[in-house]
Amino acid sequence: MAGGKEIKSKIGSINNTRKITSAMEKVAVSKMRKAQDRVAATRPYAEGMRKVIGNVANGNLEYRHPYLVEREVKRVGYIVISTDRGLCGGLNTNEFKKVATDLKRWNDQGVTTEFAVIGNKATAFFKRYGGKVVAAQAGSGDVPRLADVIGSVKVMLNAFDEGRIDRLFLVYNKFVNTMKQEPVIEQLLPLPKTDLAKRKHNWDYIYEPDPQPILDMLMNRYMESQVFQGVVENLASEQAARMVAMKAATDNAGNLMDELKLVYNKARQAAITQELSEIVAGAAAVG
Amino acid sequence: MAMTVQLDVVSAEEKIFSGLVESVQVTGSEGELGVLPFHAPLLTTLKPGMVRIVKQFGEEHLIYVAGGVLEVQPDNITVLADVAVRGEDLDEQAALDAQKRAEEAMQHASADFNYAEAAAQLAEAIAQLRVIQKMRKK
Repeated sequence: MAGGKEIKSKIGSINNTRKITSAMEKVAVSKMRKAQDRVAATRPYAEGMRKVIGNVANGNLEYRHPYLVEREVKRVGYIVISTDRGLCGGLNTNEFKKVATDLKRWNDQGVTTEFAVIGNKATAFFKRYGGKVVAAQAGSGDVPRLADVIGSVKVMLNAFDEGRIDRLFLVYNKFVNTMKQEPVIEQLLPLPKTDLAKRKHNWDYIYEPDPQPILDMLMNRYMESQVFQGVVENLASEQAARMVAMKAATDNAGNLMDELKLVYNKARQAAITQELSEIVAGAAAVG
Repeated sequence: MAMTVQLDVVSAEEKIFSGLVESVQVTGSEGELGVLPFHAPLLTTLKPGMVRIVKQFGEEHLIYVAGGVLEVQPDNITVLADVAVRGEDLDEQAALDAQKRAEEAMQHASADFNYAEAAAQLAEAIAQLRVIQKMRKK
């Protein structure tokens, strides 16, 4: 039987792989549901924060917070959020490609870059790609906590305060729906002004107690909530991408098995036919 | 009909309230303050305490917040709470326990005792109890 045994063992190994990918798909489905709920739960706060900050950026405030002031761009900072684990399709690759094109543009302008990375994959990428990584954080698991991101945010905010970076961007995969996740680059600092609702006259808030502590606190909360929202969205994207990738892998394994079974049966039949014709030929020779 | 203004109360975990209100009362860092529609822009931090909302058509609503920020614009009000709990969801027993724990901790202060933290916990527990009592009276 020509190669019958080899084919059979190959079918067995593909079947095992298929079992694994199908299990991973099921796990990703249930994790994605939870992650999706979390995105829905944290979105109102992040949006409320963005609305308030948009008003603050548009107002004519007596205390100009440094985060509102545009500076000449010499160095920029990125907070890149990636997954901790692989096997989630092109999710991270697409994100890093987008970052890489951005970096090239900055390089051409003679602007240097710094990174704070969240997630193992981004750490590995920047190690290969070569970039100045000032903060790295990984292993936040399936339930991200605000405390996990505070460190990375703080490092970048300090860098901005000390003038080591003039702009700060946030990169993550936005969860659009199960089939679609989009890598996005958002500018965190200085705060981009919203064009909407621009008022003609100058106005300012009434502050209780003083403008500076309130705005300082508000800005910090804003940065943390935006980065945290990015982490939560990225997690939902990861599970969705993994679910789709594992489904494709399971389907592929099924197809491969069908094809191999056909080859195996053909080989088996050929072997039987050959054996028969040998016996018949032998009998004829004797008789 | 009374004038109304859009109010959003959100905490880091969920959206607590969103809708039109006739007035809202909060515990600001400088004291209690009430906000009516078309109030001048205002920005203040919040202390642990309650948010009392009078909804359109006069229905009252109590929410407990553990601190955060209040932003007022003439046409909308936003409460960004650190933690917010609807009055109905508050657990009286848990609040009483927390109060007792905090008071005990403050009396028997040990070396590694963090006074500020205990005081903050006590303030939160008392604020929660106040909301519960207010709701009973209604």
